[in-house]
Amino acid sequence: MDFITQLLVAALSSGTPLLFATLGGILIERSGIIQLGAEGLMLMGAVVAAITFIHTGSLGLTLLAVVAIGAALGWVHSFLTVTLRTNQIVSGLAMTLFGTGLSAYIGKSITGIPIPRAVPKVNLDFLDGVPVLGPLFAHLDLLTWISFALVIAAHLFIHRTSWGLHLRALGDNPPTADVMGIPVQLFRYGCVIAGSMLIGLAGADMLLVYSPTWIEGMTAGRGWIAVALIIFARWNPLRAMFCAYFFGMMDTIGFKIQLIGSAIPSYFLKMIPYIVTILVLMYLGYRNRNKPSGSPEALGTPYIREQRF
Amino acid sequence: MTSERHSLEMKRIVKQFGSVLANDHVDFDCKPGEVHALLGENGAGKSTIMCMLSGVYRPTSGEIRIHGREVKIRSPKEAAKLGIGMVFQNFRLVQTLTAAENIVLGEKSSFWRGPGWMKRKQEEIAAIAEHFGLTFPVNRPIWQLSVGEQQRVEIVKTLYRGAEFIILDEPTSVLTPGEAEQLFQTLEQMKKEGKTVILTTHKMKEVMSVADRISVMRKGRMIHTIDKQDTNEKELAKLMVGKEVDAMQREIQPPISEQGRVLLDVSHLDVQGDHGRLALNDLSLQVRAGEIVGVAGVAGNGQKELAEVLNGLIPWKRGSIVFNGREFKNASVRGAIEAGISHVPENRMKSGLAGSLGAVDNLLFKTYRTEERSKFGFLRSRANREWSKSLVEQFDVKTPGLDAPVRQLSGGNQQKLLFAREVNRQPLLMVAVHPTQGLDVGATDGVHRLLTGIRNEGKGVLLISEDLDEVMQLSDRILIIYGGRIVGEMSHEKADRETIGMYMAGIQETKEEAV
Amino acid sequence: MTEPTSTASGAIALDGETAARTRKRFPFRLEIDPSRKESPWWMTIVSVVLALLACAIFFAANGKNPWAVYEKMWTGAFTTSFGITETLVKAIPLLLCGLGVSIAYRISVWNIGAEGQFAAGAIAAAAVTIYFPHLPLYATIPLMLVFAIAAGGIWGALTALPKTYFQVNELITSLMLNYVALLLLDYLVFGPWKDPKGFNFPGTPMFTASQSLPVLGDTRLHLGLIFALIAVALYAFVIRFTRWGYELRLIGANPEAARNAGIHIKRHILIVMIMSGALAGVAGMSEVSGVTHRLMDGISPGYGYTAIIVAWIAKLHPVGLVISSVLFGGLIVGGYSVQTMGLPSSISNMLQGAILFFLIAGNMISKFRLSRNG
Repeated sequence: MDFITQLLVAALSSGTPLLFATLGGILIERSGIIQLGAEGLMLMGAVVAAITFIHTGSLGLTLLAVVAIGAALGWVHSFLTVTLRTNQIVSGLAMTLFGTGLSAYIGKSITGIPIPRAVPKVNLDFLDGVPVLGPLFAHLDLLTWISFALVIAAHLFIHRTSWGLHLRALGDNPPTADVMGIPVQLFRYGCVIAGSMLIGLAGADMLLVYSPTWIEGMTAGRGWIAVALIIFARWNPLRAMFCAYFFGMMDTIGFKIQLIGSAIPSYFLKMIPYIVTILVLMYLGYRNRNKPSGSPEALGTPYIREQRF
Repeated sequence: MTSERHSLEMKRIVKQFGSVLANDHVDFDCKPGEVHALLGENGAGKSTIMCMLSGVYRPTSGEIRIHGREVKIRSPKEAAKLGIGMVFQNFRLVQTLTAAENIVLGEKSSFWRGPGWMKRKQEEIAAIAEHFGLTFPVNRPIWQLSVGEQQRVEIVKTLYRGAEFIILDEPTSVLTPGEAEQLFQTLEQMKKEGKTVILTTHKMKEVMSVADRISVMRKGRMIHTIDKQDTNEKELAKLMVGKEVDAMQREIQPPISEQGRVLLDVSHLDVQGDHGRLALNDLSLQVRAGEIVGVAGVAGNGQKELAEVLNGLIPWKRGSIVFNGREFKNASVRGAIEAGISHVPENRMKSGLAGSLGAVDNLLFKTYRTEERSKFGFLRSRANREWSKSLVEQFDVKTPGLDAPVRQLSGGNQQKLLFAREVNRQPLLMVAVHPTQGLDVGATDGVHRLLTGIRNEGKGVLLISEDLDEVMQLSDRILIIYGGRIVGEMSHEKADRETIGMYMAGIQETKEEAV
Repeated sequence: MTEPTSTASGAIALDGETAARTRKRFPFRLEIDPSRKESPWWMTIVSVVLALLACAIFFAANGKNPWAVYEKMWTGAFTTSFGITETLVKAIPLLLCGLGVSIAYRISVWNIGAEGQFAAGAIAAAAVTIYFPHLPLYATIPLMLVFAIAAGGIWGALTALPKTYFQVNELITSLMLNYVALLLLDYLVFGPWKDPKGFNFPGTPMFTASQSLPVLGDTRLHLGLIFALIAVALYAFVIRFTRWGYELRLIGANPEAARNAGIHIKRHILIVMIMSGALAGVAGMSEVSGVTHRLMDGISPGYGYTAIIVAWIAKLHPVGLVISSVLFGGLIVGGYSVQTMGLPSSISNMLQGAILFFLIAGNMISKFRLSRNG
């Protein structure tokens, strides 16, 4: 495999957790709620996946447990932000702090235990030998294929279904959505919970496929990068895919450079994804300075029906 | 009063918002195939009662009957099921969705919507729109449509959902006189189809030209319901304001101003707006000392940008602004403040006042940098308090205390506080945008007196308002803005609604000097 | 005039489902009471207690007696003189960082980068000891302060500039910069600045006496406490009595109105972020110079993140900041003291997150009231 293909393969594997998290984030933010708890949710997803898999050895149960914890934490966030209308930013920060602490606490006993390969590979043997496509797609794991399917499903959901239309209306103009008979609060609950499940899955994917050992704080800011990716992708699932792989590549490029022998200390190479995130956001800010960002209009504002102006 | 005759009845409706009684035992009813006008001043409670009918608010007490059966309307969705559709003053449209998408929004039908489904719906919508004489581009996003077109989308939305009762809240406030005429024809068509149209308004002319029956509300109470042929404008006006109308014909007849010196001279101004178009396009105007210049026009024709550019809030691309003999070099709010321009912004709680701060902090807004208010970077707290107290008394602002958050004040008192701040600065020019929006009769009168007072002191006022009556009543000179430029100008004496209406609609393009 | 006899049966059933659902609804519902603006003071205490109760479930699930855990934390942090001074030592960086983020939150700038700004300050202070090793105390300490303020300020500006010039969300930038600062710190203590005589310990050489902040008696309580208290007093004074403080209040209350009053919001964001970063930088400096006496790996147990909660629980109020930073200092010390029970110190993170959850929920709940459904 040449360097470029290697890089693409690595981008795919380290980009998949980002893709799950970004898709979840898009779903949540499209409904008008900010979710900054992605980091905590991913860590909780990862630690729950590790514990369940070590104790049961069943992938199905593991994913079920991860989805359940994602849903539970998503419910907390939606209860706070939708029903109680607390500050969405602070609620997200609390989620990150709480998830970081709780995952460290319950993961204490399994820290450093390597997790056996859990996710089966989908072998497409006929692709072997085909350049680029072969190494990229011939032996991907199941979760990566699920992420592909989710991108398409999310795109079709948003643009081709009645609920998708509701979602688009909801994020831009909740009073209108309400007047048109869309259950605003219920929809927001649904989106936050479903999106949080996906972010939890991102953590599980990271642990089961990408780096199969639980370590405290193992996501190292990927939850936050996913938050930035939502902006890069302009709330669009198809674009999210490319953005996630681009960042997956940034994530591994330092490691790859080190492998081919370079004098740059690894600490600086590890900074690449963080610095690139800031630079890309700045570039987008510059390019879109006179354009709407594509962000849902009502993002971050709680909806209160009976309001006196 | 029998249930067969009235398709809709509201009885003893009470609505309380906190300590405010918005509706006090209001009775209201409609018959099928009539246009029923609900007349009242701003804040009379017309919108509140209509919002309860459309499920936006729930009544505190009282009952609503439709075809004789009592109903509880808990949400707009339930209202729609009962055949009630409302067109709000602020349209309920999602800007990023297309007109057709907005109309089918919330519709319960197939979950999966391929391209074929949408095409069928678009045709269906176009057919309804055509039938009632309401045309608009069906699959353009809303933000690309004009205000009039957006209103038509709203009306078709109610018709598409099979509404039997169609409520229009102040429908003509955003329309040119020509568009309003077109709307009234549509209402006739609806009437023929047996639909009930409820129209809230405070404009007498409209009421007399389209309504079959008229209900008058004042201060949250229902005053009277009457057939059109049994009444006249004068009686209605009296019912509406609760006193003789002649008293309302204000004594503020503008005196013929001596030609003062030119205070503000704007020439050939271009300002970039949203979405790449020019918001102000080659706009020129002058304001002299001692005159009120009114700028009339339909919303969204550059009024907002005009006020902002004069106050240094946004930059301009081309042209010049000369104020008091000095040319503005670049957009600077501080520069505009120090030059002596004061600003009464369009939305006082959004950009004029800080709702969570008290009266003192709000009064300091534009003067805190001066010697009297602060020294060496420190605020003169005690002096500022005394000064605020005197201003609050002088302008008769009713507030629970100098430190009470101003959002707790009534709209009228907020506006008084804002005027106290702006007038106290002794500005040379006041730019007032919709200064009486949402105020009751008394407060409106107070604002008008203040504006004329400023004029009589030999200062200039630029009054930007969508309320044509207000502009015509107060202005010494009326300019009409359309498409970001001044398309017409006339003096107070020669102003007539017809011509202004033509200009506002952009029909009369040539600039004719009627002075 | 014929009216149906029973109003209830006269109501039109909209459709089976809706009607059934609405009938089953509770006779009361919650709605926001517009007259209540501030939550009562006791709500904060109730929230903290509830958060502790919620976390007790996790301890119990792990086979620990929650009561014993909390008792141990309490005695570890607040009952012995060692515990109390230790708590105050932890409160110093929390107060400084908390103050830093409070200033930013006042104008709705969401600085969550105090952790990185803290690290930047610590690095800068250590740089003084590396590059000017032989200066006397009265020159070293001020120089360290200046370096730390500059470094923290620069780190803050790195967040502010993308925000003001490229509309980049400061939450993301400040957080990304945390990772960058911590990686930079790791590089230095594992690489060029590593103590040659330190048996490979990732840290700089120990500071000399003239590079360390003076301490109180034989405790570990150092001069940083005075820095922190002076900073709080200044903050209180500036916000209330100066023109600049007035401008900050105005921006915080209504940025659009502040723009109309001729205030340059961008400039204020920049200044405030520099100050915010500088305060966190001072915290980093006082930590290396006053407590650890060397720059080392893992110098902060998350002070920068805890500071967010400190600021929020205090509602940005100066006195509240002092109280809440002591409380959270105690929480961190308590977290260490339960390690003997076999619990990881990260339980204090968990408690912090839970407290924040309950706090914001409590704040909002006290604005609700019950009213009859109808």
